[in-house]
Amino acid sequence: MTLELFIQHLVNGISLGSLYALIAIGYTMVYGIIRLINFAHGDIIMLAAYFVFFGAGMFALPWWLAAILSIILTAMAGMIIEKAAYKPLRSKNAPRISLLISAIGVSFFLENVAIVVFGGRPKSFFSPDIFKGVMKIGGISIPNLSVIIPIVTAALLIALVYLVNKTVTGMSMRACSKDVDTAKLMGIDVDRVISLTFCIGSALAAIGGIMWGLKYPQIHPLIGVMPGLKCFIAAVVGGIGNIPGAVTGGMLLGMGEILLVALLPGLSGYRDAFAFIILILILLFRPTGILGEKIAEKV
Amino acid sequence: MRQNKTLKTIIIILILALFVYYAQNNFDNYKIRILNLCAINTILTLSLNLTNGFSGMFSLGTAGFMAVGAYTSAILTMPPEVKQMNFFMAPMNPALMKLNAPFIIALIAAGLLAALVGFLIGAPVLKLKGDYLAIATLGFGEIIGVIFTNTQSITNGALGLKGLPQYTNLYWSFGLATLTTLGLMTFLNSSYGRALKAIREDETAAQAMGINLFFHKNLAFAISAFLAGIGGALMANLLSTIDPTMFKFTYTYQILLMVVLGGMGSITGSIISATIMTIMMEALRSVESTLDLGFITIPGIPGMRMVIFSLILIAVVLFLKNGIMGENELTFEAVQKAINKLQPKKGGKSHEPTRS
Repeated sequence: MTLELFIQHLVNGISLGSLYALIAIGYTMVYGIIRLINFAHGDIIMLAAYFVFFGAGMFALPWWLAAILSIILTAMAGMIIEKAAYKPLRSKNAPRISLLISAIGVSFFLENVAIVVFGGRPKSFFSPDIFKGVMKIGGISIPNLSVIIPIVTAALLIALVYLVNKTVTGMSMRACSKDVDTAKLMGIDVDRVISLTFCIGSALAAIGGIMWGLKYPQIHPLIGVMPGLKCFIAAVVGGIGNIPGAVTGGMLLGMGEILLVALLPGLSGYRDAFAFIILILILLFRPTGILGEKIAEKV
Repeated sequence: MRQNKTLKTIIIILILALFVYYAQNNFDNYKIRILNLCAINTILTLSLNLTNGFSGMFSLGTAGFMAVGAYTSAILTMPPEVKQMNFFMAPMNPALMKLNAPFIIALIAAGLLAALVGFLIGAPVLKLKGDYLAIATLGFGEIIGVIFTNTQSITNGALGLKGLPQYTNLYWSFGLATLTTLGLMTFLNSSYGRALKAIREDETAAQAMGINLFFHKNLAFAISAFLAGIGGALMANLLSTIDPTMFKFTYTYQILLMVVLGGMGSITGSIISATIMTIMMEALRSVESTLDLGFITIPGIPGMRMVIFSLILIAVVLFLKNGIMGENELTFEAVQKAINKLQPKKGGKSHEPTRS
């Protein structure tokens, strides 16, 4: 493999990795606070892509307006899901397994509603001209999108890190993820914090979903399932509940996947299996993830 | 008392056998198919309940194990000529080409192979708990699908296999469902079953009492996989066409709903809910007229039915926390009590396959 080709794969890996990272953040934030794998998170990606598709396609909105609307709608969808399917169980102090089943139910519901409403046939995603071009640096040609995606991700990450570490809202979020009950006693409105977490997570997933659509311009109702599972794995690999961890995990997974296909083309059919093998390895050898803290099991 | 119980169980089984005999000879194909599905779904639900309900290991690998069972049975039961016709893209592995076995052998092989896969998967991942285990098993279920799509010379890849002999009839499906039920009841009442329940309640305490966690968890997981494999094999030889997309997580979710609806940790609950849900799925077919071929799997565009299905799943979790039966069983005593209560009315459903 020539150096040019390798760099090209690397750029590709970084752009896929940053998509994974964006989506993984939603998982990690939600898990950090209510200890739930939000199975519906993957389907949020799909919703966002469809919202843009219909906004730009059917209502002929300019693409940026469609994207903004889609992000707002998706964030709202995330909050509604939390209020409708998770909050009743939390307030009843139901076992965690019930929450998980409820999340599976919501995910299944969204997928099937999408099939009924949007149709099961794949649709081709629009692609505005600015995302189409290809840059040439020396012998390396890089699609504009592969540069735009990491830049957008980095900008969002900086904003998020600022929000979580420097603002009062962020402090209450961190308090909730340390200990929900104590946070409540300290006067933090836990329900609001959880709502906000879902809102931010879903908005990030929406941006991820839209960029996913631009990168792989074929959308169908089950488009979110695989990215959803993989991004959860990314979150676990990095250490769940930990935002830098989610980014690390996402990057690692995206890069690994691209390089696997690039270096061993014979295994490209098994691309989707790669993430799960990483998951098993991490869980066996470092169950708390790369950046996670060690938690002793209490009796 | 105990003898009395055995006698009653035998009577119930005899009634069931008579019903099956009558149904096989007098019902039309459509009804027979639905009854077959009821029995197969019962086996699958029991399989998932063994891990999720009785042992407290939240597994989502059912569809993957079904796929293993279905493909094993398909390869064993398909006559060589049919295989030849199926593998027109790339030739089949010659060793597998000649394989041919009676259905009973195929079923056992399907179960054993699924159990082996279950053990191989279970050994590393059963250390995990709760949601981690759920994701890991779900992932493995999906990976099995990926592998089957890629092993062209064994499974014919994405094209699937067509023209499997339709061996599955009511005798097989109901016979195996009954056997599963009885076997599982015995198993759960044995020291193994009690150990599993102890693990479910408190893993650390169970370990402190000297229960071998690794052994028991893997045992339950492998048995569950075994049953799922048999269910998959029955399904394959009922439908006569299989392909890797049939065994997706969607199917696992359906079985999960049956487990949750029936009650996590109730055998009779699983039987009741599997029967009800299977029949309901068919009844709901009227909601969507566009889909005429195929049944629960996704041949083209599944529609409203699945939306309703998923809503039921959410509703059950939100409002009916313990499902129909909770952790209780529909026993002779319970039925007797119920009959005594409503003396003037006729009580009890007469052809429930099991009472303990």
